Amino acid sequence: MSTKLSLKNVSKAFGNNRVLNDISIDIGAGEVISFIGASGSGKTTLLRCINLLEPIDAGSIHLEDLEITKIGRDPNPIRRRIGIVFQSFNLFPHMTVERNITLALTKVLGIEKDSAIDQANSLLDRFGLGDKSKTYPDQLSGGQQQRVAITRALALNPEVLLLDEITSALDPELVGEVLDVVRELKGSGITLLFATHEMAFAREISDRVCFLSAGTIAEEGPPQQIFSHPKDERTQRFLQRVIGSGRLSD
Amino acid sequence: MPRWHRVKQSFFNGERLVDSFPRLADAFVLDIKIFLWTTPAIVITALLIAVARNTRNPALFPLRLFVIGYTDVMRGVPVILWIYLIGFGVPGVGLERPWNSPLLWGSVALGLTYSAYVAEVFRAGIESVHESQRAAARSLGLSSGQTMRHVVLPQALRRVVPPLMNDLVSLQKDVALVSLIGPIEILRQAGIDKAKFANFTPYIGAAILFLVITIPLTRTTDWLLARERQRTTATRIR
Repeated sequence: MSTKLSLKNVSKAFGNNRVLNDISIDIGAGEVISFIGASGSGKTTLLRCINLLEPIDAGSIHLEDLEITKIGRDPNPIRRRIGIVFQSFNLFPHMTVERNITLALTKVLGIEKDSAIDQANSLLDRFGLGDKSKTYPDQLSGGQQQRVAITRALALNPEVLLLDEITSALDPELVGEVLDVVRELKGSGITLLFATHEMAFAREISDRVCFLSAGTIAEEGPPQQIFSHPKDERTQRFLQRVIGSGRLSD
Repeated sequence: MPRWHRVKQSFFNGERLVDSFPRLADAFVLDIKIFLWTTPAIVITALLIAVARNTRNPALFPLRLFVIGYTDVMRGVPVILWIYLIGFGVPGVGLERPWNSPLLWGSVALGLTYSAYVAEVFRAGIESVHESQRAAARSLGLSSGQTMRHVVLPQALRRVVPPLMNDLVSLQKDVALVSLIGPIEILRQAGIDKAKFANFTPYIGAAILFLVITIPLTRTTDWLLARERQRTTATRIR
């Protein structure tokens, strides 16, 4: 498996608060990798740095051979290759579902309007949203909105997709439909990085799990190892708390 | 109210109203004209100011500084004073006709001051659009200009329509201030009629004519906004 994404000694601070502390990791093409850890451990910031929404303070991030964090590099061509889905969906409320998806297709990729609409609708069909293309985001359920957001990110055909706690804002009964979409993506060749609190899901779908603690990768490995035989004391404590709260059932 | 019949005589005199109404209506055309040519100029200038103020490129710092100074100065001085200063001052440098018209420079003064007020309305709208909307747009590869144009501004403008209308209604009335430097518009015409007949009824006529414009203007905007809301959102909470 060739390396798709590579983080080398990445650090990031907000003021005096060091959120990411010397993080290094190589992620293979097509790999599905989850980041778990307590709130504030740096999961979201890590993903936002990879999408270049947050500038890093030290280290570098590489997409294949390209150093994407190089100063002065235009972020826009890179963002076409690395998509992100946010916890709070962030759909554009003044646009129909269809327009949410075609906006970047027409304005960024320069695709003709008609063919962008066709593309959008065939993607929406694929995720069971075919009848929603003319509705506005506020008229959809949270689960549907998040599926639209995933569709919007996928429309650009990114090589890497970052999923930032995409089910955290959803009612429990809506989580399943969103996770089904992610399940469908696995094995399609896309590299998936996700931050999550859904431990059962992380265990089921990940090739590799990273446990983040205070901005460092405290432990990483295959899901069986992390969830059943964690070596690091911090991982053990975290998982105990999570199991205690009923979020990891098995 | 023992003096009510006197008030009625000098303010609500039907005969005077009927007599002066055509002259007032004629003069009011000038008010409407000033309003119509200043409004688009104000909205466009204000939008440019607001967008300039919201740029984030460090290289554009001087531009931001300039527009901040502009809005501070224009808003810090009464409109009437700007009308005097620009309306009398600029033609005073010896411009030839038609460039020395007080009507022109009075309108310019109105436009410059109001664009500063309206720019602040737009700025509030732009800043009210959550940062996550920009993040979403940028993450899709849109440039900052495209993000502003397709994602931030459309949402910002919808939100500021009520305060924007508030300013435009206010402008529609302040147009009358231009009369103070010469042009005979409705307020001045009403003053002439008042002096001629020693009766205040023409002012009531002028007030009626203003209301005829401003009330439909506000009602129509409210209706448009309600329709838009109905189209894009789920059921309204009662």
